[in-house]
Amino acid sequence: MIRLLNNDTGGRWLIGSLLLAIVLIPVLNALPTSSSLHFPTYSVTLLGKYLTLALLALSVDLVWGYLGILTLGHAAFFALGAYAMGMYLMRQIGDRGVYANVELSDFMVFLDWQELPWFWQGFDQFWVAILMVMLVPAVLAFGFGFLAFRSRVSGVYLSIITQAMTYALMLAFYRNEMGLGGNNGLTDFKDILGYSLQSDHTKMALFTASAVALIIGYLLCRFITNSRAGKVVVAIRDAEQRTRFMGYRVENIKLWVFVFSAMLAGVAGALYVPQVGIINPNEFSPLNSIEVLVWVAVGGRATLYGAAMGAILINYAKSYLTVELPEVWLFVLGGLFVFVTLVLPQGVAGLLKRKGTE
Amino acid sequence: MINQWLVNCLSWGLGCLLLVLANLSQAGTFEVVEREQALIKAKFDQKAQIMASWYEADQVQAVHLMQLMLNSQLYYFKQDKRLYQVEDASSGAIARRIHDGGLITLKKKRDIKRVSINNRLRSVFRQRVVETQLSAIKPQDRLAAAEAIIGDTTPELMATIARLRAQEVDASVLAAFDLVLAVATLHSSDEDQQRHSIRLLGESLYPASLNALNGFLLTYPESRLKPMVSKYVEKIKGKVDFYDSLETIYFGLSLGSVLVLAGIGLAITFGVMGVINMAHGELIMIGAYTTYLVQQLMPDHIGLSLLVAVPAAFLVSGAVGILIERGVIRFLYGRPLETLLATFGISLILQQAVRSIFSPLNRSVETPLWMTGVIDINPLLSLTQSRMYIIVFCLTIFLLLLAVMKRTRLGLQVRAVSQNRDMAKSMGVRSEWIDALTFGLGSGVAGVAGVALSQLTNVGPNMGQAYIIDSFMVVVFGGVGNLWGTLVAGLSLGVANKILEPWAGAVLSKVLVLVFIILFIQKRPRGLFPQRGRDAKG
Repeated sequence: MIRLLNNDTGGRWLIGSLLLAIVLIPVLNALPTSSSLHFPTYSVTLLGKYLTLALLALSVDLVWGYLGILTLGHAAFFALGAYAMGMYLMRQIGDRGVYANVELSDFMVFLDWQELPWFWQGFDQFWVAILMVMLVPAVLAFGFGFLAFRSRVSGVYLSIITQAMTYALMLAFYRNEMGLGGNNGLTDFKDILGYSLQSDHTKMALFTASAVALIIGYLLCRFITNSRAGKVVVAIRDAEQRTRFMGYRVENIKLWVFVFSAMLAGVAGALYVPQVGIINPNEFSPLNSIEVLVWVAVGGRATLYGAAMGAILINYAKSYLTVELPEVWLFVLGGLFVFVTLVLPQGVAGLLKRKGTE
Repeated sequence: MINQWLVNCLSWGLGCLLLVLANLSQAGTFEVVEREQALIKAKFDQKAQIMASWYEADQVQAVHLMQLMLNSQLYYFKQDKRLYQVEDASSGAIARRIHDGGLITLKKKRDIKRVSINNRLRSVFRQRVVETQLSAIKPQDRLAAAEAIIGDTTPELMATIARLRAQEVDASVLAAFDLVLAVATLHSSDEDQQRHSIRLLGESLYPASLNALNGFLLTYPESRLKPMVSKYVEKIKGKVDFYDSLETIYFGLSLGSVLVLAGIGLAITFGVMGVINMAHGELIMIGAYTTYLVQQLMPDHIGLSLLVAVPAAFLVSGAVGILIERGVIRFLYGRPLETLLATFGISLILQQAVRSIFSPLNRSVETPLWMTGVIDINPLLSLTQSRMYIIVFCLTIFLLLLAVMKRTRLGLQVRAVSQNRDMAKSMGVRSEWIDALTFGLGSGVAGVAGVALSQLTNVGPNMGQAYIIDSFMVVVFGGVGNLWGTLVAGLSLGVANKILEPWAGAVLSKVLVLVFIILFIQKRPRGLFPQRGRDAKG
């Protein structure tokens, strides 16, 4: 593992600070509220949310930075993972819903359904939900990628059909007939694994889980990019035709990286839902997918740690600005898009690297 | 208490007096007052007489009153004993005075009483009303009256129609008369006459004829003419289906025209120049807001303002487009994916700018009168005019753009730069200048689309987002760099959407169309009409 981070100062910093946070934040949180060093639970959950979004950014960086596919639909995989986890959390509510139905969730009773739809079966088991969190995005990514890469759809066209994919999913999930809560999505969660989502301990555990997931996700991505296959991935990005002529099965490599990235996004979504407390079709909206790109672009493409850093920084700015100056937030976000592409094509990480070499 | 009552009485009396005086000043109003009060007091058997003499004196008003009585909308006020039209007799409703059109608000339901009629009067009045309508001066009025009574007549009316038919000169009114008569002769004992009626009704398209024929099948289950009638029923049903599908295609074409309008600017910026302009939707939005502003400036000329808005929107959106090109995009040529990000950022800025300037609420743009209304093709098919205008507008814009691209010097240079920049430069084309102009042209067309869309949807800061994905789908599906492809793609996607809608629902049919496009791109990554040749971009 250490060898993995040999030439990766940024990665060492990222993992180091994450480990520090895992140790330090529970201690600071346990301090009395009067203390100036006290870290409120509210902020713990917020930070946990940023970490899941960082994991999403990581998955996008792998596909965009290393593989060269500008995906405009990665939020779809994130949302699918989130929905799978949401379904588990829904089943955990049991008879504590408004209609007190043991089997059916409130919205199903409201729609006058008599029995649980087939695709909800098994979601009362945690392991089934975890499996689905990774399986559902993986299957979609596999099907989509299999068709798209085999017929060599690339560049702009690929970007646009990934956007169409997430848009179509959003429209579909808005329908009540889809059986996933329609407009309102899934919410009102109570427990996870028998622990109340409201308790501070659960919140802390979810934060720790997000941090650990980010560390593992980072190491896996780094493992892939450092491996021989990772070199081929970069080769595909820079000269797809040449790589193909050298005898590599370009579409297979693309497909596996794409599927892995989708699973990573799914896990991020699954960790996101219990901390935010709701999942609705809006998560599929094309805007969300594009926002992830700006996190990655600001942090620095093809660096991995830059993506994670960018996600945390920009989401912090978003939380701050949408509360303090709601009028300004879109100007800032839009301005960032323009500024980064024009002035900082390598992102903040590129800036730091340049300083380091000087 | 008593004082109060006295004051009320006095003021009421004074009011009456003034009313009477006011009425006296109008010529011949004594008669009107007399007739109104006679009608109010009259018993059922006298009412026919009164209305008949009224009809002699003032035909238009008498017919109007008889219609009101048939619809149970004629009332009189107990206080002033005058006639009022009341559509909904409850307290707070508006009552319209018959003789001068004055409006009053009802305080209590008990203040008014209906001028009632019985069944005999009903048929007498109806006969009179229909007779008058059938001998109206304008042929289309006569036609409407005749169409309304197909399958719904009385023996007296039949006699009237037979009489009027002899004097009728307008062919379509004659045909309608024949149908009215045919419904009656359907039940005649003469088989030849029956056959003739069946043929007449079977060839016509009115829903009432179908009902009459179906009625025939039920009334005479043993008739020898049954197979003939069934054949005609099938035929009419077939025609109903046919016109239904025509209407679906018409709806589809109008939806498709919206898609083409939204996408055609993008066909220039994305298709010809290769710039992935995510701010395209916002340029449409700017066009729509320009329409709104122009309309605010000339509130008395809604129709004219729309015509002014078209060039205004072209100029405003085009100018914004040129600004975007000069300020951002020109630094990013050759990096298409980064243009996508930068223009997306611009779209966010434009959205927020509009939100800050105009408020986040939707603005409504008025539709001029000449755009509303319906064109009746036949009894089964009527086309809404606004959709017709959208289709015509879309085709006009398309042809203009095509002419610019194929017939002007600018178009030639644009194509030259997009095909081979270096070669075009060496021939003396100022490629930078052409880039800016092309982008401005595409943006301006997006603005013009905004004018049209402002008539269909709400004008708000988010309206651009609704069209951006559709626009890209249309351009990619049609084949990048091909205007005709955009037209065909937009229209066919619109029609496909409307065909799917009845059995899949609006949302699901949209999803299906998107899935179809995703699969289609796998099969033909360059769209319906790909560019060919050495310079086709890979």
